Amino acid sequence: MTKKLNVQNMILTLQKFWGDKGCMLMQAYDTEKGAGTMSPYTFLRAIGPEHWNAAYVEPSRRPADGRYGENPNRLYQHHQFQVVMKPAPKDIQEYYLDSLRALGIEPLEHDIRFVEDNWENPSMGCAGVGWEVWLDGMEVTQFTYFQQVGGLQCHPVTSEITYGVERLASYIQDVNSVYDLEWGDGVLYGDIFKEPEYEHSKYSFEESNQDMLFKFFNDYEKEANRLIDLGLVHPAYDYILKCSHTFNLLDARGAVSVTERAAFLSRIRRMAHKVATAFVEERKKRGFPLLPNDDPAKEKVND
Amino acid sequence: MTKNYLLEIGLEEMPAHVVTNSINQLAQKTAKFLKDNRISFSEIDKYSTPRRLAIIVKDMDEKQKDIDIKAKGPSKKIAQDADGNWTKAAQGFARGQGMTAGDIFFEELKGVEYAYIQKHETGKDVADVLKDITEVITSLTFPTRMRWANFDFEYIRPIHWLVSLLDSQEVPIKILDVDSGRMTRGHRFLGEDVEIDNVRDYVDDLRGQFVLVDAKERKDLISSQIETIAQDNDWVVDVDPDLLEEVNNLVEYPTTFHGKFDRKYLEIPEEVLITSMKDNQRYFYVRNKSGELEPDFISVRNGNSEHLENVIQGNEKVLVARLEDADFFFKEDQSKTIQDYVNKLKTVNFHVKIGTMYEKMQRVHQISDHLATLFGLSDQERKDLLRASDIYKFDLVTSMVDEFPELQGVMGEKYASIMGETNGVAKAVREHYMPISAEGDLPSTKVGATLAIANKLDSLITFYAVGLIPSGSNDPYALRRQAYGIVRILDDNNWSMNLNDLQDFIAANLKVPDNLNLSEHSDELIQFMIDRVRQLLNTTSIKNDIIDAVTSGSNIDPVAMVDTAKVLQSHSADLEFKAVIEALGRVVNLAQKAGFKYSDELKMDDSLFENPSEKSLNEKVAAIYTSQPDSAEKLYDRLAALKESINSYFEENMIMDKDEKIKNNRLTQLVITNHLIAKLGDLSKIVVK
Repeated sequence: MTKKLNVQNMILTLQKFWGDKGCMLMQAYDTEKGAGTMSPYTFLRAIGPEHWNAAYVEPSRRPADGRYGENPNRLYQHHQFQVVMKPAPKDIQEYYLDSLRALGIEPLEHDIRFVEDNWENPSMGCAGVGWEVWLDGMEVTQFTYFQQVGGLQCHPVTSEITYGVERLASYIQDVNSVYDLEWGDGVLYGDIFKEPEYEHSKYSFEESNQDMLFKFFNDYEKEANRLIDLGLVHPAYDYILKCSHTFNLLDARGAVSVTERAAFLSRIRRMAHKVATAFVEERKKRGFPLLPNDDPAKEKVND
Repeated sequence: MTKNYLLEIGLEEMPAHVVTNSINQLAQKTAKFLKDNRISFSEIDKYSTPRRLAIIVKDMDEKQKDIDIKAKGPSKKIAQDADGNWTKAAQGFARGQGMTAGDIFFEELKGVEYAYIQKHETGKDVADVLKDITEVITSLTFPTRMRWANFDFEYIRPIHWLVSLLDSQEVPIKILDVDSGRMTRGHRFLGEDVEIDNVRDYVDDLRGQFVLVDAKERKDLISSQIETIAQDNDWVVDVDPDLLEEVNNLVEYPTTFHGKFDRKYLEIPEEVLITSMKDNQRYFYVRNKSGELEPDFISVRNGNSEHLENVIQGNEKVLVARLEDADFFFKEDQSKTIQDYVNKLKTVNFHVKIGTMYEKMQRVHQISDHLATLFGLSDQERKDLLRASDIYKFDLVTSMVDEFPELQGVMGEKYASIMGETNGVAKAVREHYMPISAEGDLPSTKVGATLAIANKLDSLITFYAVGLIPSGSNDPYALRRQAYGIVRILDDNNWSMNLNDLQDFIAANLKVPDNLNLSEHSDELIQFMIDRVRQLLNTTSIKNDIIDAVTSGSNIDPVAMVDTAKVLQSHSADLEFKAVIEALGRVVNLAQKAGFKYSDELKMDDSLFENPSEKSLNEKVAAIYTSQPDSAEKLYDRLAALKESINSYFEENMIMDKDEKIKNNRLTQLVITNHLIAKLGDLSKIVVK
């Protein structure tokens, strides 16, 4: 590595790379979520027959992983660079390796391996098959072929590449703590995020209002179900995301017993399945606009 | 001349644990395919890496063997009309066989004449046969399968290329959008695509592209590289075969290297260091000559030795981040007390239907108290046991076990020691999980063994009480292993434990939530335990009929069953064994028909005796009751000694006497005698010839 990319240049490089591969560069979605997969640009678009190629940075909140800004690797909020391509291109693995080269990581100078890791998010009815990618022993990317999303079979199959932005940047910039990363123009990650990390940890573990959050969860759930019945898929999905984040906050607070935990997760899963089904229905009514004209599925819709 | 055939399936990286099984399947299924197609060969060589499964079939016939087929058609009545002309049915039959009606001849089968055609089928070229090898490729089974792109087809990973070559001739096959050819791919980064001219070049051509396609060669290379590093550094490396197998299936071109970490991390418990290195990072840990862990590790790169310093540095950095975390957890966990963790267990469920871990520990405390008396534990042991039973699950809610679940029990022992518990308590906290596999190690202390039994008993009793009973292969809570563990621990310590008595104690004393009905499935549970005794006896050389006998008796005590089985087995070679079993068997048979069961109130009335043999048997049996034989051996000896008395008894006395009183008195004698015999088992199940 000759020059060390700062975080924003790393993101720009990835955006340029995947943009050139035909991905639309989307922006982060504005509702709290635990992973880039839960953005509607992945979750909803991975189901149904339509094609979809997109890349975006997703800030992901995991309240239980908060460490008051004291742990060099664990964060309340980290960033994922998410690439979804559907159907998965035949050479998607080679594309990925080329993206590492674009970042200055020449495979011949490192040890890069694809180690089996089948990804699952039971609370959203998601399952996929794939790998974690190891760069000199460090897991820097999750690589998944979606098999099921929202409890629905994926056909065609979406390939999802999730780069851990902080992980990869720590490697590229050779720092031991995320807070020492340069984000851009001499400003460090710690200058931007150390305070919010502390405050969010304090809030999640000590100050959150449990009664309010329990009430929110119930209200959000009611609203989501009502909206699904009205065919208002996207607002419904926003409320499901809010349910999920509210649950994560309660969980971090230790407010959810093991028994209740399973019950909460199954409530979220039911909504995720309903909204996934409703999304495909709504897209079908519109004739699956993002299907290529020569796709046999398109003719079926037009029949 | 014979031919060699190469088939290579090129894939995206397969999971390491499926590679060996998959290549074995490919070879076996290909062998069967060739046999079914009448192609003989000398052997099949297997090659595999994470990205490819390949076989070379050696010395194949050029053609299938010819065969003569005699095909049976319709009966003569249907094949020919009244005038002897061929019917449509006959013509159709002949056509179906690729012949004409003129080739038909008749033969009698069970008194009816049928049309037959004899034909000689010339074997096809082997290349033609091999076109169907795709059915072998698609028949492989995998633990997980996936779909990709637009296809419905499922496989372990997407297929990218196929090489199908008969010596130097291509045998075209196709799977989905992949056409076979002679082009294979080299190492992902070091190699290039290469065309295989002839099957015999395959291994060397790939070697030239940095792929060691022979898994054994790769494995031997890794082993010898590890050996060299160990020698150079004066280390001792215990190469775990499973880890070596996994690592071998993660690389196509292995280069072994070693890295280090700061000595200060050696303060972290060894088990944590080993888990971080071995399970999380797939490293081999190293020890010095005195057996102490060294702050170094060995790992294997998929590539050559160029720029190896980057790889070493990167791996060191990752490990240090993990150890830094572990160190944090280790210190953090010690800032709380065992009581803090025990309190936290009030919110952790053992099972939704059963209750919390805390409640489980309370029940196990009660069971332990009972068992301590039963097993004759010393005062100190009882004290340790009861303390251990109050805390033994506490490590489940520590940060370290949350991060490394496989260290449950291990961390419990560590923390218990650090936090001032006695050695006995600390050890029991770890040992209560044992045995962790069917044939795994057993607890080494009496306290650990008793806690292990109490913990497992509670699981069995409560899961049975809520109806979560194992059936067939469905045993999600591993109750079979736990029950077998109890039987093994009892046997190991020679601890007598009557299951009926225990059940009674538990039903009467154990505090459980209202939804648990402790007696509802108790008979099934006892049978389940007895079946585990059978399982244990089946691992010995004891004969099946003896196992059947001892597991069907009245003494529901695993250790007694095992002892009795050994005693009967050793006596089964005695000259008089047959006579003893027959004599005792006569008592058993009639006693079972007596119409009443043994009870302590049953008394003999010697005023009703008519013959000396009655008095004699009565006295001898009473003497056995008085002496209370305390081992299966003594009981057997005493009962065997009754043989003559029993035989005289049956010769001199009519059991079913006309006088009701005499009859009952004699039946009572048999029931009382049988009560002793049944302690050995159901002797009627023993086969004596």
